[in-house]
Amino acid sequence: MSTIEVRHLSKTFEQKGVHVGALKDINLNIEKGDIFGIIGMSGAGKSTLVRCLNYLEKPSDGQVIVTGKDLGTLNEKELRKTRSDIAMIFQHFNLLMQKNVIDNIAFPLTLRGVSKKTAYQKARALLKTVGLSDKEKSYPAALSGGQKQRVAIARALASDPKILLCDEATSALDPQTTASILELLQQINRDFGITIVIITHQMAVIRKICNRVAIIDHGELVEEGLVSDIFNHPKSKAAKELILKDGYEGSVPNEISQQERMPEGKKIRIVFSENSAFEPVIANMILKFLTPVNILKADTKNVGGVAKGEMILGLPTDTKLQWEMEQYLTEKGLNIEEVTDDVE
Amino acid sequence: MMWSSELTQMILTGIGETLYMTLVSTLLGYLFGLPMGIVLAVTDADGIKPNAFVYKIFDFISNVIRSIPFLILLIILIPFTRLLIGKSYGSTATIVPLVVAAAPYIARMVESSLKEVDHGVIEAARSMGASTFAIITRVLLVEARTSLITGATIATTTILGYSAMAGTIGGGGLGDIAIRYGYYRYETNIMLVTVILLILLVQIFQTIGNKLSSHLDKRKL
Repeated sequence: MSTIEVRHLSKTFEQKGVHVGALKDINLNIEKGDIFGIIGMSGAGKSTLVRCLNYLEKPSDGQVIVTGKDLGTLNEKELRKTRSDIAMIFQHFNLLMQKNVIDNIAFPLTLRGVSKKTAYQKARALLKTVGLSDKEKSYPAALSGGQKQRVAIARALASDPKILLCDEATSALDPQTTASILELLQQINRDFGITIVIITHQMAVIRKICNRVAIIDHGELVEEGLVSDIFNHPKSKAAKELILKDGYEGSVPNEISQQERMPEGKKIRIVFSENSAFEPVIANMILKFLTPVNILKADTKNVGGVAKGEMILGLPTDTKLQWEMEQYLTEKGLNIEEVTDDVE
Repeated sequence: MMWSSELTQMILTGIGETLYMTLVSTLLGYLFGLPMGIVLAVTDADGIKPNAFVYKIFDFISNVIRSIPFLILLIILIPFTRLLIGKSYGSTATIVPLVVAAAPYIARMVESSLKEVDHGVIEAARSMGASTFAIITRVLLVEARTSLITGATIATTTILGYSAMAGTIGGGGLGDIAIRYGYYRYETNIMLVTVILLILLVQIFQTIGNKLSSHLDKRKL
């Protein structure tokens, strides 16, 4: 049994009498212990999808089954009770600004009638887990973004949830803080066995900690699978765009489009796996054919502990030479595929 | 006119009556206005439990009462006040129209304070399984407290002003003295004294309110 099962989920919003489709026939299985990423451009419907997982938004159609319970069949009271199994953290942390750190963390417990003393004990233990023991009496206004998110994570863990939903939880944070929060999430997943669902528009987040990923585009699930598979062989246009965007993040945007630079050349994507990235394959190829190739994009990074790299090459216009080069690369054990879209 | 000890006594009694009317009316005003304001904030279209029917009823009641000039309300309510208190003059009787006028005004202030609460915090509470009642008592009223206190300060000083107006129909307090001596008997200096005292009272209430609200605001460092 999956921890979260989504069956034919659709959601439409009514705006001034017009139905706007936000999600169309989504099917997902999220297994226990997964760190499951849901990625899409802004407006793709991923935030709506995550809110359907705890019924903050009621789906227009379809089912959401969490740990065997079909949320749609529960009454208001049962639903509220089930929600304590599904914790959530947010982009803007959503802490109570008039309550100090310890009261914020104890909040979900006192909400359920747990005595203040017991709640504080638990809250202190959680503060230690997130590394903020010295901030017990501070108010959120005095904390940095990363610290606020740590408090929010501690608060989410207070009710011993089975699932943690993260709605763009690192989008308001700088890269260093993002990395430390992601590490904390990974640690929580490992130590507490909590299934984590991460909503993001940043491929880097998925790459760093997720084992599975679903790609949402215009309200539809276009691709789903292991993160390593999708990184190596993105099939959908949305997946390719997101992976490319990830590569360009933090780098200077290219002013000249690839089309201008290489009007007729064929573009191919080569994927390095394991250790092949350390061989000078491209340099050797150029020496062999005595023809330059245009490196449009090159990127090597750590995907799920394995060094992976990809490169996009602009091949010469000569089709025979193109074929020979592709042969050469295949012989060297590299996966290649043609790129038809503009690299940017 | 000579300044006598009787006069001092009268003014002191006036201050006492004004404070009595203002504070009791504010308290009773909140007794009715606070729940009404909560209902308005909660049942509004973007509230936590939207209910167009309930919202419209309270919205209408609050608008109608606030549309009636206070002086007219004082007169309209005379039979009702007599029924409740047994007489229609004096400071206790004045509390009745003051509460009627203040409650819908307070309700609107409460409504606007509660609507300022960040929607994300409410969503977070819902995601933790908080009931509507818990969201009201543990999130809305707590997060909005500084704004609620600022509102209460404005409400108190406004009621103070209204209580002085009630003096025109024998409501007691400083306003009563100002009208009787200052206006009807042309004793300008007595009127001046009462006006200065009213200004002082407003200043005191405002200062206490500001101090309290900023002391309780944890959003500032």
